[in-house]
Amino acid sequence: MIQLGEYDVIVIGAGHAGIEAAHAAAVLGAKTAVFTMSLDAVGNMPCNPSIGGTAKGTLVREVDALGGLMGLAADATYLQSRMLNRGKGPAVHALRVQTDRKRYHMYMKHALERTPGLAIHQAEITDILVEQGRVAGVVTQLHGVYKAKCVVIATGTNLGGKIFVGDAWYASGPDGMHASTALTESLKAAGLPLRRFKTGTPARVHRRSIDFDKLERQPGDPDDQLQPFSFMTDAPMHNRVECWVAYTNPETHKIILDNIHRSPLYGGMIEGVGPRYCPSIEDKVVRFAGKDRHPLFVEPCGEDTEEMYLQGASSSLPEDVQNAFYHSIRGFEHLEIMRPAYAIEYDCVDPTSLEPTLESKIVRGLYGAGQFNGTSGYEEAAAQGLLAGLNAARNALGLSQLVLPRQSSYLGTLVDDLVTKGVMDPYRMMTSRSEYRLTLRQDNADQRLTPIGREYGLVGEDRWEKYQHTQALLEAERRRLQESHLKTEPLREAMVAAGLTPAQQGGVAAELLRRPEISYPLVAGIIGWGEGITPLLAERLETEIKYAGYIARQDRMIHEVARQEKTLIPADFDYQGLTGLTLEAREKLAQIRPRNLGQAGRVPGVSPSDIAQLSIALAAARAQQAKKEESPRD
Amino acid sequence: MQHSTIAAIATAPGQGGIAVVRLSGPESYLVAERVFTPANPKKTVAGAKGYTALFGRFCQAGECFDEGVALFFRAPHSYTGEDVVELSCHGGDAVARRLVEACIQAGAAPAGPGEYTRRALLNGKLSLTQAEAVMDLISAGGRQGAALANAALSGALARKIEARRQALTALQAHLTAWVDFPEEDVPALEQDHLKEELTAAAEELDGLIAGYGAGAVLREGVDCAIVGRPNAGKSTLLNLLAGFDRAIVTPVAGTTRDVVEQSVQLGEIRLNLFDTAGLRQTEDPIEAEGIRRSWRKLEEAGLILAVFDGAEDLSDEDRELARRCAGRPALALINKEDKPPRLDPAEIAPCFQKVISVSCKEESSRPLIEQGVSELLGTNRVDPHAASLSGQRQLAAAVRARDALREALSAIEMGFGLDAISVCMDDALAALCDLTGENASEAVINEVFERFCVGK
Repeated sequence: MIQLGEYDVIVIGAGHAGIEAAHAAAVLGAKTAVFTMSLDAVGNMPCNPSIGGTAKGTLVREVDALGGLMGLAADATYLQSRMLNRGKGPAVHALRVQTDRKRYHMYMKHALERTPGLAIHQAEITDILVEQGRVAGVVTQLHGVYKAKCVVIATGTNLGGKIFVGDAWYASGPDGMHASTALTESLKAAGLPLRRFKTGTPARVHRRSIDFDKLERQPGDPDDQLQPFSFMTDAPMHNRVECWVAYTNPETHKIILDNIHRSPLYGGMIEGVGPRYCPSIEDKVVRFAGKDRHPLFVEPCGEDTEEMYLQGASSSLPEDVQNAFYHSIRGFEHLEIMRPAYAIEYDCVDPTSLEPTLESKIVRGLYGAGQFNGTSGYEEAAAQGLLAGLNAARNALGLSQLVLPRQSSYLGTLVDDLVTKGVMDPYRMMTSRSEYRLTLRQDNADQRLTPIGREYGLVGEDRWEKYQHTQALLEAERRRLQESHLKTEPLREAMVAAGLTPAQQGGVAAELLRRPEISYPLVAGIIGWGEGITPLLAERLETEIKYAGYIARQDRMIHEVARQEKTLIPADFDYQGLTGLTLEAREKLAQIRPRNLGQAGRVPGVSPSDIAQLSIALAAARAQQAKKEESPRD
Repeated sequence: MQHSTIAAIATAPGQGGIAVVRLSGPESYLVAERVFTPANPKKTVAGAKGYTALFGRFCQAGECFDEGVALFFRAPHSYTGEDVVELSCHGGDAVARRLVEACIQAGAAPAGPGEYTRRALLNGKLSLTQAEAVMDLISAGGRQGAALANAALSGALARKIEARRQALTALQAHLTAWVDFPEEDVPALEQDHLKEELTAAAEELDGLIAGYGAGAVLREGVDCAIVGRPNAGKSTLLNLLAGFDRAIVTPVAGTTRDVVEQSVQLGEIRLNLFDTAGLRQTEDPIEAEGIRRSWRKLEEAGLILAVFDGAEDLSDEDRELARRCAGRPALALINKEDKPPRLDPAEIAPCFQKVISVSCKEESSRPLIEQGVSELLGTNRVDPHAASLSGQRQLAAAVRARDALREALSAIEMGFGLDAISVCMDDALAALCDLTGENASEAVINEVFERFCVGK
């Protein structure tokens, strides 16, 4: 074997996690290389051609606020944009776009190519080199050796990938990529606790075979309401395509149930655990027998293709059954399947073996991101990729690591859940996973994270300047709203014009905005729009004011949690000596090795009384340590 | 260090001359200010220096229920190393418990097992050996506490809380599915249904919280003052209840000069009886002191048995007594039923929750008194097998859940989005889960996937 190169950071995989990891590491100044099995699959979307959605949209904004690429790529390649959950409260507004998947791939490939200090190699990695518990490099299938100080694994479903359709199965990654099986053995030999997860995807079908007259239209938002993902995007936006909704019916369900024994999911061939939130159509029909229809969303895969994606219809049934049940759906009578639906099983790591920096506790210098860590979704992958790449680079450069606390972001919540609680099935971000969701909104991701991105070296001059400018605009507008007084008559007139019951009397703008029915545009109609205040910023100001009471309440919680997180637990702390704790608590704590008291309290099976004792033992250990330091000649 | 301020009774449970309620944490002085009013109007709690004491009155919701001494300690010169205020009130569980309740209302949190010691250790006030000894204690106490909590929860309360928790979890799961999967056809939650469920849960918690008092009376007994003018028959009543001659009973007015303490079991209730000096004007300084104490007992008692001589006309002293009983948990006993009646019960009835005629010499009067007391304290309505909260921790959790539900309801009224409402419901669920010991967030997410067909 011949050594072909030496890097600070090597990233294995150039999917959504690998892209952000490679980009972040290179931007930080680490000498970085990204390896992909095919350069034509960089940033591929093997499942739905869309970015964002509930909670996921917030993750995209967080990636952007930290200086990542996903938001910019989505803004450059979207086909249709919608803000979901309007009317359900600002904390759960969620941006989702349909994306041109080929253009997205090209954008990302080009973005990596233009990143200074980033080498791009097409090669399959078959081995990781480990020396004395620390990663030392990788080996390609061509027996080339590349040394590295740190390695990020972002292998997606390619690692040990196995595709199932009916009783047929074959080793494969998505979209014709071959499965990476040698690497699995190497990771197992290094001692990583691997497991099998499963996911699935629906059929891609030909546009001309769909009778759109029989489907419901699902247009995007009006052009003048569109918002970009990136805080850096200013260009006007325009929706180019429409989506449609079809529905299954009792006949569809009968065909599926009659053939359920032919599904590998039900035949026991698949051992991997599937995601609960992303059930296959056969799962939906079996588990929710009472429902007489399930919606299917018909989404274009791009502007230069006739392929359409059928969201909601993932399946592993044999092709003849797929044909039969799709054809039973109104509007799909003559459906032509181009790529059949399939289930895919893959290898991933138990994330409780990771630090909250995403570094492995078992092989130092080795980081994981995305599906490898037990998550699902492009957005979850990108967010972890950014954190893993940033920390790998900082590790290689001898800089401190970044841990994002749970209360800082959805990204922090996601990582804390992974490494503290572990996962039973592929983990998807949901708003309900964050107890701080009123504070962790998509509109204020920059305020929460851009200063951190700046401090840790990812946020460049242009983004930092724009951020500071935005903060200044917001601050000025907050002041103006505090100082502006609305007279009774104009306010009442404006409210009547807006179809509202007029208020008794006028008042200070900021006070009036606390009422749910009074919006910023209504107030601005009287006192004028604030300077530089975009609709997005207006919404942010309005939310801050209306939800001030609830936000203050969450801030108090955050403060209390942050206090507990200041009590650090040494990495080599011995839990076996704590005989007052239950055996389960001791074992769990020894396995998870929480970094601080706050995290320890979130470990499943650890009670408040365990925490009380742990905190005392920690204080005792500190006291002992202090004594030792006082008399060093002991 | 920024953290909560805690309160708990620091003295051993049971009868004692005084009981001490200890406050520790950054807001100790703030909480103390709300429950303690210095007798000297020139003094303030906020201005109190460390290692000083003030005499004053303990109040809850504007009503003063005891007097005593507050001892002040300033961080770091205290047991825990934090700001500490020790409130010394009169002995008896009921008063100290009320004082803790007042502190919690004023913003303190109930202290967890070993929490004072833990804070002391964290602030470097204890040695390593002491710390290790304390750890053993907490470990034992924690186990025992958990066992006790489980026992307390195994019955009716557990079923009741669990039913509400499940109903709220289902609502929250519905909201979550509706919010997190906007493209699936998850039906919107009917607002009327949401309001109905939240209101029902809040009302059930109201009932449990209100029942806490009566439940506590059954578990822990009640401080009972026997008051009345000289020779009305107070000591005879005490002897009737106690079953032997405890107090000196002579026909000479003014023979009982001190508060006499005696615990008796009256039906289901343990009464901590205080016979008191007869209430009358006197020149005798010792008797005057006894009378002063009688009035104070009347102020702080959980139950007042006011004895009137039915064979005499109503005196000014009787009227004064009746006036002082107004608004208090007081039962009027018209004694000497066996003699020709001269007192008109209608005249004092408005001041009492209940008036009954008895003859304290007769054993047959005992069940009458028992029934009257039980009705007055509401213990006759407490089904011992029905759900009831036990202990400050459960009470605090129930109050937290109830308040969060009320907040959710007011958010609905004000037209806030369901995101704000669901955050309040999170808090309510977390509080209920504190009672049942389940993790709220996981419960909601599990329910989403069990009940709703969502996903791509």
